[in-house]
Order: sequence, then structure tokens, then C-alpha cells
Amino acid sequence: MNENKIRVLMGKPGLDGHDHGAKVVVRAMMDAGFEVIYTGLRKTPRQIAEAASNENVDVIGLSSMAGSHIPFCEKLKPLLREYDLEDKLWIIGGNVPTKDHAELKDFGLDAIFPTGTHFNDIIDYIKSRYRQLA
Amino acid sequence: MTEYKIINESGIEVKELYTQADVDSSGGVDMVGLPGEYPFTRGIHKEMYRKRPWTMRQYTGFANAKDTNERFHYLIENGQTGLNVAFDLPTQTGLDTDDPMATGEVGRVGMAVDTLRDFEIAFDGIDLEKITVSLTINGSAAILIAMYLAMAEKRGYDVAKLRGTAQNDILKEFIGRGTWIFPVEPSIKLVGDTIEYCARHAPKYSPVSVCGYHIRESGATPEQEMAYAFCIAKAYADDMLKRGLHIDEFAGRLSYNFNIFGNLFEQVAKFRAGRSLWAKIIKEEYGAQNPKSMWLRMIAAGGGGGLTIEQPENNIVRGAYYALISALSGAQTMALCCYDEAYTIPSEYAQRISLRTMQMLTQEMGMCETVDPLAGSYYVETMTNEMRKKMEDTMAEVEAEGGIVKMVSEGIIQSKVSAQAYDMQKNIQSGAFPKVGVNCYQTDEDENEVEFHPYDTRDADQQIENLNAVKAERDQAEVDRTLAQVKADALADRNVMPAIVEAVKAYATVGEITNKLVEVYGYYQEPIRF
Repeated sequence: MNENKIRVLMGKPGLDGHDHGAKVVVRAMMDAGFEVIYTGLRKTPRQIAEAASNENVDVIGLSSMAGSHIPFCEKLKPLLREYDLEDKLWIIGGNVPTKDHAELKDFGLDAIFPTGTHFNDIIDYIKSRYRQLA
Repeated sequence: MTEYKIINESGIEVKELYTQADVDSSGGVDMVGLPGEYPFTRGIHKEMYRKRPWTMRQYTGFANAKDTNERFHYLIENGQTGLNVAFDLPTQTGLDTDDPMATGEVGRVGMAVDTLRDFEIAFDGIDLEKITVSLTINGSAAILIAMYLAMAEKRGYDVAKLRGTAQNDILKEFIGRGTWIFPVEPSIKLVGDTIEYCARHAPKYSPVSVCGYHIRESGATPEQEMAYAFCIAKAYADDMLKRGLHIDEFAGRLSYNFNIFGNLFEQVAKFRAGRSLWAKIIKEEYGAQNPKSMWLRMIAAGGGGGLTIEQPENNIVRGAYYALISALSGAQTMALCCYDEAYTIPSEYAQRISLRTMQMLTQEMGMCETVDPLAGSYYVETMTNEMRKKMEDTMAEVEAEGGIVKMVSEGIIQSKVSAQAYDMQKNIQSGAFPKVGVNCYQTDEDENEVEFHPYDTRDADQQIENLNAVKAERDQAEVDRTLAQVKADALADRNVMPAIVEAVKAYATVGEITNKLVEVYGYYQEPIRF
């Protein structure tokens, strides 16, 4: 693994088909020099945990637009333990209202990037956290 | 003269001033004509809104059939003239409520449907002759169209006279929106089955509404939105011709769904240009004789991509401009985005504001008094000519690259529009593309002023109980027999609609019917291409 290349999994959890945001953020991360693996639509929590494990990523990103982020993250949380991924950066973006942020943080989400977040804020956050972890 | 150039989203330069010379050099007024006459640039009907205003059809549906039925009645009491049904994601992707993949998603973004019983409850007390119903359903559209026809028949309506629409445009689901189920080829075959079945049994029903809308939301420019939609409609039409139908047997029931956000004049020109281009394609390429086959019938006024999370009340005003654009463009139906839609399922209050917005246009602003009021504007006529040329060029490009089906199957269109979406987002973030409240005129106020539609997990439990109750009551032998017939017809490459209609009448579930089709067709594998 190239030590200088941050590896990110961008996952689309559940049945939501709105992938505009996920794909745009993938492109921004690629432009920032990250290695990005995009899962495509309709992934189960286990598929996302498995992909993160197989691809040996540093960051697990989720994009959620249709409101099922809480039940999904609740199911993903124990799987991150099962796949020994608890030390990875876990972030989510999309239509994630402020009222849900505390609950998501309790699940272990490191950061939440609601719709409208600038690409630079996401990229800078990942870079700075990655440096801390490295 | 200003020193800088202005290029609209479709890539056309916008000049400081337009005169007759611009109209002439862009192609003149040969394609303008009169409303109700070929090539229909000015509208598909002679009298347009003077005879009948556009249908007001807000997108609605949540939790379960009972709650959705209540909202339908509320909207109708408030002057809505059509229904536009939103389904939850399990229904849209062919899963039953009790499927493990459906957990946490039941009833969240629309109404949950498992069996015909849900349709019976949802449309209870609604006069299906007065109120036309549009089903926003794609991957599982064949099943839900069958349910709608079966429900109407049970209530004593003559299906041969029944009006209504289903979205049922699967090719655009592969580009944006993403509620596909089967691979591309059998998906197109299923759309064809519904068109053929309706042409023979429900000739007033519009089985497909081809959507430029979601392609635009995924990053397409206005001219690409329309050009790609036409390529998709042609793919469905070609499938019909292969089945031996004549263009005039089905083209009149194809309709369209277009987006509206962006530059007002570019949008109006897009619709005027699109109407004449589609008429020309259907007449000249397909040899249609019936003028109705050449009509670009459309729903427009949505434009979620134009709405903002920031300062949500601004979206009320954006919605009013969208409705104005749509009225100036001669749309048949409007489903206006609600101001809270960037956050949540719209509240009753937000939906009433959208309805009132449209009613103000019809009642107070004189939008129904004269037809195609922007015609003859040097700018609008020039832009209409230039947009038509752009669309023709884009359609020719698609042909040159092997056609829309190939490009969608390989993920080429998806990659192209998503690259454009990325560029647009960068321009919004840099401020190069102004967005009020987002990159200019921002406020520091806490923006989460919108009330969220509640999600109650007990609704999902109740829906599972309802499903179990229907399963306990139904004649299982009849369910098994009809499901076996669905599979047999799919295997033999026959039209599966007659068998699906029988299966839904036996109260087979959306998931059971989908699974039979999956056994034959398999699942779609998404091409990942950046």
C-alpha cells in the first residue's frame, strides 16, 4: 500500500438511488489524490463492511439521501467491529439533518457532512485526521 | 457592447440584444407555425389553457395506503386536479415490506405497496374518471400498472376508457434515480410489454412518461436533458415497431417529464424547440399519420436540483418561477416542488403553498388567457432555433457512439453527466455559478427551520401485519398458479403483462412477482465508470 495515498471507500447504503452527490464527492476525492473505491448502489451493511475490509481502506464514507441513515449506521456499527474496522475513519454525507447528528456520533461516526458542504472541507478533514492516525 | 461573453448552460452564447436578423440567421420562423398544428412549437393544442388549465398534480405518498389516501383527499379538496403517487423504496425496487433489505426503508419516501389491497385502500373514494392518477414507479412498474388496472376494474371502471400515467422509464433509472431491478435488455422488454398491453387493452392509459427530469438532475444540460430523453423514447418506440405495432398505435400515449430549473428563457426555448423536434422525428423518421402521435405531452415544474437547503423559504419563490416557466412553456401538467422538499417529504402546508402558487398563475396572472405568449420575441425564437440545433447534434452524437442503450449499458452517459455535475458543483462552490443563499447573500441564521415529516417504525410493523393478513386470506393455489404463469411467459419471451394482471388479482405480492421475473432475467450489475 502506498503510504501517501489515502484510500477511501464510498458506499451507497440501502435502497436509495440518488447517487449524484456520492459520485461528485468521489470525483473531488480523486482530484485530491485519494484512491477511491465506489461501491455502487444498494449495498447492505455487510457488503460495505466487507468491501472496506477487502480494499484495506483508511476511510469509510457513506452517502445517504433518502433518510435511512440511522437504521443503516446502527446495523453497520457491530459489523465494523466484526471486520476489525473500528480504527478507520467513518464519515457520512448527504441529507442528514442536524437533529440526527448526536445519535450518529454515538454510533461512532467521526464526521457528518450535510448537503452543501464544500469539497475542501471534506478533503481537509480527511487529510488532517489521516495525519493524526498515521 | 459588453466585453465579456455569456454562455448558457446548453452552451449557446447569449447576446446583449436580439433582432429579426438573429431570428433569420438562426433558421427563421419556418418551424414556429400555429398552436395545435404541426410542428407544434407553440403548443400541442389550439386553445391550450384557455380551454383547460394545466393539471395540478403534486407528488404525494407516505407510510401506508391509509395515510396516503387521507392526503389525496386533502389535496383534492384544495383544488388539485390529478394525483402523483410516491412509493417507498422497497416498492420501487420490487421488495416486500418484510424483506430484510426493506428494514428501515418501509414507507419512508412514499407509500408502501405489497398487494392489490394497498391500492384498494389508497384510492378509496377517489373518482378515477375525474382525477387522473400518475404512478411514479419504474423498476416494478409492470406490476403496479397491473395493480392500478385491476383496482379500477374491480371498482367497475371500464379499463378501455381509463386514463392515467405511469413513469415506467427504466432507461433513465440507470442514469439517475437508480430504482432498476433487472438488466438493461429485459428491462426495456418489460417497458415494451406494458406499452403493448396498454395499446391493446387500456388505450387511454399512458404507460410511459419518458424522463429528461432525472437526467438533468444527474448533471445533464437542458439541451442534453431533452436530447437524451428523445433517444430513450426512440429506443422504446423501436422495440414496439419490432413487435409489429404501427407508430400510431402507441406514440400518442407516450408522455414526458421534464425539469425546469435554470435560465427562464433557455427553459422556455427548450420546451418550444423540443416540441417541434419530437413532432418532426415522429412524423419524418417514424412515418406517423395521426397528429396526436407527434404531440410532446409533458409534465414539468419540478426541479429539485434547483432548490436549496439554505434559506428554505427562498424555495417558495423558486417554485413560483418554475411554475411560471412551465406555464410559459405550455406544459400539460405541473408537479411543483415544495419548499421543504430539499429536506423531507413535504408537509400539508408546503403542498398547499405549491397548489396556491399554481392557482395564482391561473386565476390572477392571466396565464391561461392567450397561447404561447413569448412567441415572436426575437430572443426566444432565436434561442428556440439554436436549442433545436443543439438537441439534434446531441442526438446525432449518441447515434454515432452506438446508441443510447449501449451508452447506458456501459455507463458512458452516467459518467458524462456526473463529470458535468462535478464541474457544476465546483462552479457553485467557487461562486462562478451564482446560487442565492448558497454562494451569495448567505445568512448566518440556523437554517434548520423546516419541520420534518415524522417516521414511525410502527407503520412498518403495521404494514407487515397487513401483508400477513392478506396472505392468510388469499387463495394460495391461485397465487402459485398465476406466479408460475408469470415465469413461464417470461421464459418463453411472451408479453408478461396478462399473467402479471392475473397474479395481482390473486393478491400475489410485488416481491413474489419480482422474484419470478428475477429467476428468468437476473439482476442488473451497475457499471462503475468515472
